[in-house]
Amino acid sequence: MDFLNFAFMQRALLAAVLVGITAPAVGIYLVQRRQALMGDGIGHVAMTGVGLGFLLSTSPVWMATAVSVLGSVLMELIRWYGRTRGDIALAMLFYGGMAGGVMFINLAPGGSNANLTSYLFGSLSTVSPSDVVAICLLAAFVVLVTLGLRRQLFAVSQDEEFARVTGLPVRALNLLTAVTAAVTVTVAMRVVGLLLVSALMVVPVAAAQQLGRSFAATFAIAVAIGVIVTTGGTITSYYQDVPPGATIVLLTIAAFIALTALATPLARRRARARDEALGTGEPVECTIPATRDATDEVGV
Amino acid sequence: MGEPVIRMRGVRADLGSRPVLRGIDLTVHRGEVVALLGANGSGKSTAVRSVIGQVPVGTGEIELFGTALRRFRDWRRIGYVPQRTTAAGGVPATVTEVVSSGRLSRARFGILRTADHQAVRRALDLVGMADRAKDSVGALSGGQHQRVLIARALASEPELLIMDEPMAGVDLASQEVLARTLREQVASGATVLLVLHELGPLEPLIDRAVVLRDGCVLHDGPPPKAVGQHALPGHDHVHPHATAGTEPSRTGLLS
Repeated sequence: MDFLNFAFMQRALLAAVLVGITAPAVGIYLVQRRQALMGDGIGHVAMTGVGLGFLLSTSPVWMATAVSVLGSVLMELIRWYGRTRGDIALAMLFYGGMAGGVMFINLAPGGSNANLTSYLFGSLSTVSPSDVVAICLLAAFVVLVTLGLRRQLFAVSQDEEFARVTGLPVRALNLLTAVTAAVTVTVAMRVVGLLLVSALMVVPVAAAQQLGRSFAATFAIAVAIGVIVTTGGTITSYYQDVPPGATIVLLTIAAFIALTALATPLARRRARARDEALGTGEPVECTIPATRDATDEVGV
Repeated sequence: MGEPVIRMRGVRADLGSRPVLRGIDLTVHRGEVVALLGANGSGKSTAVRSVIGQVPVGTGEIELFGTALRRFRDWRRIGYVPQRTTAAGGVPATVTEVVSSGRLSRARFGILRTADHQAVRRALDLVGMADRAKDSVGALSGGQHQRVLIARALASEPELLIMDEPMAGVDLASQEVLARTLREQVASGATVLLVLHELGPLEPLIDRAVVLRDGCVLHDGPPPKAVGQHALPGHDHVHPHATAGTEPSRTGLLS
């Protein structure tokens, strides 16, 4: 446990744990509404923010937050109004965001694509004390929204039309989800990088689905997986000198594969137990009864 | 006759450039059970969805409980069953979790209290799904999905039930449960507007049938009596839009 003596490792672990909590907490709502790749889109848009941060010599984290929040609101507006070719508009937003990032960073004095790399793939060991403050504040916001409004967000993500008819402020909740996802992307930016952010939002949820039967359990398992892989990946990268972002994402995928292998026999046993408890176990093979039953008569 | 609960006057609606409703007049009074019938594309679904503000209305007026639709905020009085084949989303959820979201219209700040949990439990009892309360909706049959959707609508203890094809894809056992549930709701004073493809097991409950064709009201009165082969129990149901040359899907027992 000697790594805990280093201030940079303490900061890195704190950031990693916060990302492990927040990314699946937002991701579960995106997966529920079948917008699993939204986090990836926001990650692309955030690149423009990083580039602008360099160009204007301000904090890239806060600039990326501002730009990705704007981008996510724009995506939500496209979803409302541009019913027909929404996917094309989103594609333009994604690639425009990426191109903007590359453009701005090269316009910045002394800037080059090399500066982008730490944001694209994460750079845990260079998390500064001011980054930690920003990450803590943003993570607190994400946890507050995803837990405090869980019933409303669940209803909207499960069945948007029904939620509107119960009188929920669906547009406001959708915007809030988009903004929260954007904030999460910038929280995770320093840890796993913009290009790998989406993996931490989606894969822990997909892995948790293999075990959870309820939304609440799936939520808890996804966050647990998130925290385990981010801390595990960070510590591994300290000892093995491997990039933490890639290690974390590969660990998450390994967790998914392991849980899937584990869950298949578990689900089978669960179904059998339920059938036995209810006494409604369907026979596997057809058996033809010796006598005819009244319900067999289908005459007119 | 009770006061009007739903009132549509000269409602016109377009989807794109195609007119779907061309001046619908429809009034549903308190305690009535009204079935909206018609072929596919006749505008039945659009009509009920316009009542709850889910379809933008071109001209005409819609009132709910005597209040103009755009000023109507008392959504807890309405239980809506959308046209769905599944109650599941992209993430596992239990029957209770799905039905609880129907109670949010009565819960302040989304906090469910003891009384709210009891109402959810009652709604599950009504549709005979209390024993599946903790099961994942992903593990249910088509008819059970529909029962969950109806329980979700009943969770807010609504005065008006609006259902869009609640019997679509529902097995016989579930159809009977749904008919019984609806009968109990009507007996306790609920008003019902439902879209149906055919009257089926709900026929004895229906006070009035409104038949639409091409976005116009063709018939408004007592439910039409089934004639010919349609009068037979379990008749074949052949969809007119089935692809020519393919064997029509036979849902009845008389093949």
